[in-house]
Amino acid sequence: MRTATDQKERLLQGNQACAEGALASGARLFAGYPITPSTEIAEFLARQLPKVGGKFIQMEDEIASIAAVIGASVTGLKSMTATSGPGFSLMQEHIGYAYMAEVPCVIVDVQRGGPSTGLPTKVAQSDTMQVRWGTHGDYYAIALAPSSVEECFELTIRAFNLSEKYRTPVIVLMDEVVGHMREKIKLPDPGEIKVINRMKPTVPPEWYQHFEINPHFVSPMASFGEGYRFNITGLTHNPEGFPTDRPEVIREKLDKLKNKICHNVSDIVQVREEFMEDANVAVFAYGIVARAAGQAIRMAREKRMRVGLIQPLTIWPFPDEYIERILEQLDLIIVAELNQGQLIGEVMRVVRGKTRVRGLFRYDSELITPDQIFDKIREEK
Amino acid sequence: MELIPKVTHHYLRTKKKFPNVWCAGCGIGIVMGAIIRAIDKLKLSRDEVVMVSGIGCSSRMPVYVDFNTLHTTHGRPLAFATGVKLAKPSLKVIVITGDGDALAIGGNHFIHACRRNIDLTCILVNNQTYGMTGGQFSPSTPFMKIGTTAPYGNRERAFDISKLAIASGAPFVARGTAYHVVQLEKLVEQATLKKGFSLVEVISHCPTLYGRLNKEGDAVEMLKWQRGHAIPISAAGKVPPEKLRDKFLTGVLWDIEFPEYCEEYDKVIAEAQRRD
Repeated sequence: MRTATDQKERLLQGNQACAEGALASGARLFAGYPITPSTEIAEFLARQLPKVGGKFIQMEDEIASIAAVIGASVTGLKSMTATSGPGFSLMQEHIGYAYMAEVPCVIVDVQRGGPSTGLPTKVAQSDTMQVRWGTHGDYYAIALAPSSVEECFELTIRAFNLSEKYRTPVIVLMDEVVGHMREKIKLPDPGEIKVINRMKPTVPPEWYQHFEINPHFVSPMASFGEGYRFNITGLTHNPEGFPTDRPEVIREKLDKLKNKICHNVSDIVQVREEFMEDANVAVFAYGIVARAAGQAIRMAREKRMRVGLIQPLTIWPFPDEYIERILEQLDLIIVAELNQGQLIGEVMRVVRGKTRVRGLFRYDSELITPDQIFDKIREEK
Repeated sequence: MELIPKVTHHYLRTKKKFPNVWCAGCGIGIVMGAIIRAIDKLKLSRDEVVMVSGIGCSSRMPVYVDFNTLHTTHGRPLAFATGVKLAKPSLKVIVITGDGDALAIGGNHFIHACRRNIDLTCILVNNQTYGMTGGQFSPSTPFMKIGTTAPYGNRERAFDISKLAIASGAPFVARGTAYHVVQLEKLVEQATLKKGFSLVEVISHCPTLYGRLNKEGDAVEMLKWQRGHAIPISAAGKVPPEKLRDKFLTGVLWDIEFPEYCEEYDKVIAEAQRRD
């Protein structure tokens, strides 16, 4: 039995916990560009990465940052970048490249108010849909959303693991408050952390196909300089990585991008719940709003109201199956988010009118308070 | 002469079907041949060479050559290549780009790659136009020349690419032409050996679009123009200034020493670990 004193107990900021998670999962390259409120991740890794033999580079902009991340990942290093809304918009071109070229990497978006330069130091959740639909073309996104310092650490590790497992970019969707708040956290020993690395080819180079079609939809991945000499392109390509315009090959490629996510939803999607066993009302919230919702639910429970919390830790792919399963017991779902109503559309899509869905939106740079959520529960019930 | 195709074929992908995307008479194939012969001369293994490119006619080169190849997005190959090199400095990273790719959409990455001085060899094929999209004017199209988006003559000034690279901090800058192919091979060789960021600007030609729009003749005429307008830097002092006015200098234009980024970063690692 381990005691608390065995573990490293520390007071960390969310951004720093995210960076610690990256180091723990074996990230060895960070390329980024300064932007509030994510900069502490870059500052921390500029100091820490060289200590473990890793590399940090500050690039000329966010477009170059994620380009360098992709270049390093195809050369064999687990790589990441971190940014906020304006930088995340600039990165969309290369996030699309990473989907198409199936390059594992992690992008942290610490959300602030928008659109445009918006509110650099204020909280928002208005990039929720951009994470899913930000770049052009058909693709399937994975995004994880922490609500606490501890989750920043854990979900960053999970982001690297999913990224390596499925050869795809994974987005960690934080927000200004989660990124900047400080909480106590027990960092596990390295041996206790489950780390997944990309599958390597077992065939000789002349048989190797960098984008092999197989029943798992995920191709083993050689790195540059290992003797395989393959081609990578953002053009739609065949399994060997050469550009193609053959309809059946194009379809196979796009199906592969879809299926590797859609066939593994149960592995990717995680939902955290509180008091859902007997709940007939649920508050659906992610990130910092889930913390306020947790408090509101405890207030409601004191008044003997059967209210529970649904907190998607994975927001993309959206937890359709979870909501479908829990739908029967619910009379009301309140979707609380720091935007004008983004995830509520997804909830309504899954609910299909079978129960009431109401929104609580705040987009004036302030947090939704527990009182506001509690009042909304009382008002709608 | 038999030796040349034999050398070239060794470095071409057997799986990739020819013909290639380039038009008859295009200069890019000549540049590819020069790069291949330089690599062969340097006895680099195909496994240790990475070729990175952007988008455009010249950027299609990586598909054909049997190296580790990365065909990226428009204007950004230097940023991708920076990540490749930093991840594994033992690799030889060659970037193929064009005037539109490197100087318009990729201008910021270009000047910063020069300034950062990471060990990349950048071969910039300057054909003064956007070939792949159909002959629009580029940042290196001369004043008053015709492009499909400059039907009344280009009213912008062209970049002097080599001067831009020197001013941005590149320690090695050379200029060659598609016509002077033996010299080009040597320049690529020198650039590849240089520790640090090196640029070889290749004055090339696009007979299909730029040449036709500007009535500059066929590929042969355009190659002859290169012959008639290139002045080796070694001879520049002997040419009267009025004769230099419409000419361009070729050869190694700039060669200085400056600490290379990856080597400096190794020192960062050593310092961070010492303090830890």
